[in-house]
Amino acid sequence: MFLTKKEEQILVGEEGEARRLAMKLLVAIGDAYEAKRMIKVHSAQISGVSYKTIGEPGLEFLKEFSSTGASATVRAMLNPAGMDLNRWRELGVPEEFAQKQLEIMRCFRNMKIQPTCTCIPYFTEGASLRGQHVAWAESSAVVFANSVLGAYTNREGGPTALASAILGKSPLYGMHLNDQRTPTRLVKVRCELGSELDYGLLGYWIGGGVGSHIPRISGLQEAPSYDELKALCASMAVSGSIPMFFMKKGADRREGHEVMHVDREELLKTHRALSSEREFEHVCLGCPHLGLKELRLIARVVSGRKAMKKLWCFTSRHLRGIAEQQGYVGTIEQAGGKVVCDTCMVVSPIREMGVNGIVTNSCKAAHYLRSLNRVESRLASLEECVRYALA
Amino acid sequence: MLSRRLKMNGRGVVDGFGAGEAVVSRQAMSFFGGVEPRSGIVIETGHELEGQSISGKVLVFPRGKGSTVGSYVIYGLRKYGTTPVAIVNIETEPIIIGGCVLANIPLVDRLDKNPVEMIQSGDWVEVQGNIGSIWVTKGAASDTALRAMKR
Repeated sequence: MFLTKKEEQILVGEEGEARRLAMKLLVAIGDAYEAKRMIKVHSAQISGVSYKTIGEPGLEFLKEFSSTGASATVRAMLNPAGMDLNRWRELGVPEEFAQKQLEIMRCFRNMKIQPTCTCIPYFTEGASLRGQHVAWAESSAVVFANSVLGAYTNREGGPTALASAILGKSPLYGMHLNDQRTPTRLVKVRCELGSELDYGLLGYWIGGGVGSHIPRISGLQEAPSYDELKALCASMAVSGSIPMFFMKKGADRREGHEVMHVDREELLKTHRALSSEREFEHVCLGCPHLGLKELRLIARVVSGRKAMKKLWCFTSRHLRGIAEQQGYVGTIEQAGGKVVCDTCMVVSPIREMGVNGIVTNSCKAAHYLRSLNRVESRLASLEECVRYALA
Repeated sequence: MLSRRLKMNGRGVVDGFGAGEAVVSRQAMSFFGGVEPRSGIVIETGHELEGQSISGKVLVFPRGKGSTVGSYVIYGLRKYGTTPVAIVNIETEPIIIGGCVLANIPLVDRLDKNPVEMIQSGDWVEVQGNIGSIWVTKGAASDTALRAMKR
């Protein structure tokens, strides 16, 4: 790929070891994908933050990398960590795990990366992302940014997003190019979708069917809400490696691509495959992190009542602050629930915290908890989950 | 027994030279949750390489899969001295590229012949990441065969 004089200087180490390694990584990726050059990115969002996911190898790398003078040069944000960075003791996170997690946070802080610790950075970044090139790693946020917000990002990994944070650049290929952002599969929905869970199931079904293609989804009766889109994005990025989708309300006459039809029966099959029938003591909501509207709904349902089961609501520290002002946090915690931030049920050491199964509305969580933790999930809509916690 | 030395040309993705015995998998590989860094042993349940060590070997497989944390696991292999000496993919992807850059492992892909079919575990493979070429000496007893040829 073409490199500017300055980029070449970075590559031979003239600006230090950290920037050399970051450039070497991005150039290797760029060459592999036939990128013509580097492009400037406005922000980077880095995955691989929880000690549970990156473990000792990740921590070792971050320690070494941050000690060589690595420092972010653009707005750099983090995915959720392995625990609420303030209230971890209260939630039963083991001491040893917590110390490792805090060490990871110190590495990121030394690199001037902001401890946003959320998988929905778009809820704070807002609509200003249209047309912006970014380097984001959280797979659900990548799909959301490309498809809903009109931003441009590839599905970055932890290391490449970190390299982009350091250099403020990303190789120009894939989803950064307009001609690549075009549907290659048609998905026709032949049933009504009632809740964010239905959207999650639809996404999970689509991801399993189209792999890494870009689907164009049609046949929806109504335009989905942001929260429903959030669920759709998350699950299609888990069962497949979809970078973006298109959506058309109503029928789609377009032909010329492989067409897939999905009806209620397919969604029910997906539900049965992912969900356990058993009863569980923990209700976990917030994968991806809960938005304010969802926190408001939870607060309304539990208001003045008492949760009979554990009710854990995961969101970002930023949104929790707003939810606190609005009174949602107070209402939920008075009812015995917890509004936890910086983390979620997927990346926290949930088994060590005494959880052996959860009730949730997240297909993504159900998928990962089963494969990575051997923890089963019972799937229900957000509202049903909250009522389950009260019963 | 004469051994045949076969050259394949492809694309050098991460530079460097590595030579060793091949370990070949027809299945995609996830390093996160799939390889134990301290031992370099594949631990993914049901994987065709489960229980085998990739340490010091030329690792041949179609492509990476799974979490991008896999790059850190490959870096971890370097820390523990259990890396493969080189990696050969059919078509590589960012997790493997990232790991090979961080851990200094030569990486080659897009060869003119299918490496997963042409190379068998135990073959001797030399990988030249700078030019994207590999040389394969067939036969599990390749060291002996090479010495015999020199004599």
